[in-house]
Amino acid sequence: MPAAAPQYPSTQAAVRTDRRAEHMLGALAVGVLLLIALMLVTVAINAWPSFSANGLSWFGSGGNLVTQFEAMHTNIPLQGHELLYFRAWPLIWGTLLSTVLAVASALVISTLAAIFLTEFAPLSVRRVLEPVIRLLAGVPSVIYGLIGILVIAPWINDHLISNPRKHSVIYVVQLNGADLMTATLILTVMILPIMVAISAGALAAVPSSWREGSAALGVNRWRTIWRVSLRAARPAIAAGVVLATARALGEAIMLAMVSGGSPFAANPLDGLTFLFEPVQPLAATIIKEFGGDTSGAVAHTVYAIAAVLLFSAALLSFAGWAVKQPLKRYGIGV
Amino acid sequence: MGVVEPLMPPPVRRIDVDRDPYIAPARQAPNGVALASRPGVETHTSSRVRERMAIESVWLAYGENWVVRDVSLPVRRGEVLALIGASGSGKTTLLRSLNRLTEITAGAGRSGRITLDGQEIHEIEVTELRRRVSMVFQQPNPFPMSIFENVAYALREGPSRRRRARRSQLEGEVRDALRRAGLHDEVADDLDRSALALSGGQQQRLCIARALAAEPEVLLLDEPCSALDPISTAVIEELIVGLRESVAVVIVTHNLQQAQRVADHVAFMHLGELVEYGSSEQIFQTPIQQRTRDYVSGAFG
Amino acid sequence: MALAAPAAQPSGPPLAAPPRETTASWPLADRVGYWLCWATGVGLCLIAGSIVLVMFVKGVSSLRLSLFVQSPAPSLHQSQAGGFLDPIVGTLIVTAIGIAIAAPMGVALATWLSEYRRPAWLARAVESAIEMIAGVPSVVLAIFGLLLFAHGFFGFLSQSASNGTVTGQSFLVAGVIMALLAVPLVAGATGEALAQLPARTREASYALGKTRATTIRRVLLPSILPGIASGVVLGMGRIIGDTAIITILLGATLKNEPVGELPILGTLRGTGSTLTSYVYNNSPAGEGNAPQKAYAAAFVLLMIVLALNALVTRLTGPRARRTDTRPRIWRLLPAGWASWSR
Repeated sequence: MPAAAPQYPSTQAAVRTDRRAEHMLGALAVGVLLLIALMLVTVAINAWPSFSANGLSWFGSGGNLVTQFEAMHTNIPLQGHELLYFRAWPLIWGTLLSTVLAVASALVISTLAAIFLTEFAPLSVRRVLEPVIRLLAGVPSVIYGLIGILVIAPWINDHLISNPRKHSVIYVVQLNGADLMTATLILTVMILPIMVAISAGALAAVPSSWREGSAALGVNRWRTIWRVSLRAARPAIAAGVVLATARALGEAIMLAMVSGGSPFAANPLDGLTFLFEPVQPLAATIIKEFGGDTSGAVAHTVYAIAAVLLFSAALLSFAGWAVKQPLKRYGIGV
Repeated sequence: MGVVEPLMPPPVRRIDVDRDPYIAPARQAPNGVALASRPGVETHTSSRVRERMAIESVWLAYGENWVVRDVSLPVRRGEVLALIGASGSGKTTLLRSLNRLTEITAGAGRSGRITLDGQEIHEIEVTELRRRVSMVFQQPNPFPMSIFENVAYALREGPSRRRRARRSQLEGEVRDALRRAGLHDEVADDLDRSALALSGGQQQRLCIARALAAEPEVLLLDEPCSALDPISTAVIEELIVGLRESVAVVIVTHNLQQAQRVADHVAFMHLGELVEYGSSEQIFQTPIQQRTRDYVSGAFG
Repeated sequence: MALAAPAAQPSGPPLAAPPRETTASWPLADRVGYWLCWATGVGLCLIAGSIVLVMFVKGVSSLRLSLFVQSPAPSLHQSQAGGFLDPIVGTLIVTAIGIAIAAPMGVALATWLSEYRRPAWLARAVESAIEMIAGVPSVVLAIFGLLLFAHGFFGFLSQSASNGTVTGQSFLVAGVIMALLAVPLVAGATGEALAQLPARTREASYALGKTRATTIRRVLLPSILPGIASGVVLGMGRIIGDTAIITILLGATLKNEPVGELPILGTLRGTGSTLTSYVYNNSPAGEGNAPQKAYAAAFVLLMIVLALNALVTRLTGPRARRTDTRPRIWRLLPAGWASWSR
């Protein structure tokens, strides 16, 4: 008995299925767009009360954030102000400080590491370094925070912060090792893997004709890397910086654990003590202040902070797109 | 036709004619006979022709494969030496060994002596060697910088580091190099343009200017015109001939007519061995070896 | 004839490998740079090593088998009582929900972007949207989830037991938002895998008269299963490692507190904790001061994440390397992790 001939659906039915699939998938794509729009709108709407109560001074400084939060938690407005009174400048300053310092350090270290990985490391070392970077990228932020607060902060407290230094600022803030330095240190390590991977990839993609040409002119390896390879890798490194900044900006848990207990605006004029003063970046503030109540004054303030973060993320996303354009020109496929 | 330039370099050379059957001597021709070959070529006696580099019994291998076998050649200032041969004949590898570019590849091995002005090149510090023996590649490879920066690159970054030299200090040398490369008139108005915006022929001339900027003693050219159109090729060939006076030029070329046009001496290599070495006329018009005759007449290639 | 190579090839004289360029001849500034590069490379290895070492030493010393099977229990002697059974279960639940939503969504999106892509403006917009989701901090995603689920329509997904107000915090809510974390990773990995398929695979299928939908379903997706799997595992790793969403959306109760009467749905609608929030709460930053338990839980967490990473390496291993055209070092970044769009 010959096997039955395979039954193919008629062409029309097949085309209909195909079109249905296309429409469903297209609907899903549109759904994703709607989701983003929904996110932007929802956060903005719920953040509005805080912004409207404070105006542009929301971003300014004034008063002590600790008392402001306390007022919101207890529902007792401060003297002469309304309940939603809030001046976020110390938080913004803390965010700027930790992010900029971390990205700058990571830029230097990651460039050196990428040069090492692509140019100088022997194969055996490279085979160790690549999993190392993957490991650093994979460690959850809460573990970084744990090590920070249980190992690094006490060490800094015991060895780097002397008693006279603590006394010098004791009337304003308490130094205990959970501070800007610890936060920046760990944040740098957290964003290093991204930048190393992107920079190393870009350096490896530099055409060998340039490297050969430079060597043939009598220029040693280091100068070749510096003047030619790095220059060619500049757009990719810039893209890496944008990505790393977004990561640093959004880091909440680790910073909530190690950057210090109080929303204090670290003062550079304090000299070296400035590094040991606590900071509280925006994302960490959300974690610390949110208490479960979804519609009180605290909640609206938290929504406002989230709105600022969301807006920054959107800006960085756009910056990332803009920085990637030259990459497309050189065909260095990122 | 009776007027033959001495084939063999002065006896200091280690090319042992009796031992090596492949190089046929014509050493009966007396020294100092003038070369009257192409119009416009100055005749030169051996006193004017100074030897720059000497390649003596050089063997080169990559791993297990012998690429160059027992080659000995002189490289003299005041003349253009062309290395011709089919693909795989080892001419490019030989060229690259002259400025130690072969070292970049892992597994390269060498035996024999290569000297620059009498000094073994392995004893010269490598960046200094490469400044004195510059190279231009087949594909133009200008750096992603301005024209000025490209030409000033070797000056700024080479062994005699002048990184902080201001532009005004370097400008004279840069323009000089551009003139020698025949590019100055075309780009003089705007030296800060990106080098990548130039045409192919201009880029190659820029690479030549870049190689000339640090005043090398020997210029190596690896098929410089193979990626260019005929007009650019003609321009570059003309400036090669003009460069003879100041630098020793070694050019590897696939193009036999080009070798005829520019070369004073020609070395024909096949499968890594030096088959014949002689003046341009001798190789192209009266080749001694059968293999040379076949290659030159186009029987293979 | 002239073409024939000489018959007997004499082996040449003994070779010397030429001396390579050493840094001895470099000027001081260049040599300093060289040593700095070496120092950085070695330093990174040391940092990673010390992280693992600290976690190992402190974690293993605090680890007891009983920890795995006991629920958290409040007690005066914090370091002795209780375990992290509930947090482990919580992690499993949240990851399962998150991946169950993210995997189909990510694969579907990547497939649409790769195979259909019409209209063009929509495709570009969706690519940007996926990148944006990848770039939004997880706290902000958590706040979004809160707003979405606490106010009104989706209130049934979570409920506070005490007075019936909607808290917007439950396993379901956390799982749904976690899906947003994982979607870019799954979509990225799937998209890359699809892009690396040779055109002839598709052409062969179309030439046989198959529609696009059938081709996708029966030819393309099955052949990129390792890529999809690696994206899914990456997403899982990301979900397991995230704390911010948990602290905001899961109520941070020590034990898993179900809401309502139904057995499974009650748990899902209830609050609880995961390994990450357990670590956070037991550290000095949270309420507890039981660093030993924090270390133990953190150690377990780290091992899980490292195992997942190793799994991804295995999946994108030798077989994948042949078709992966990216520079080899770029494989440090798993596909989509950097959320580059094409």
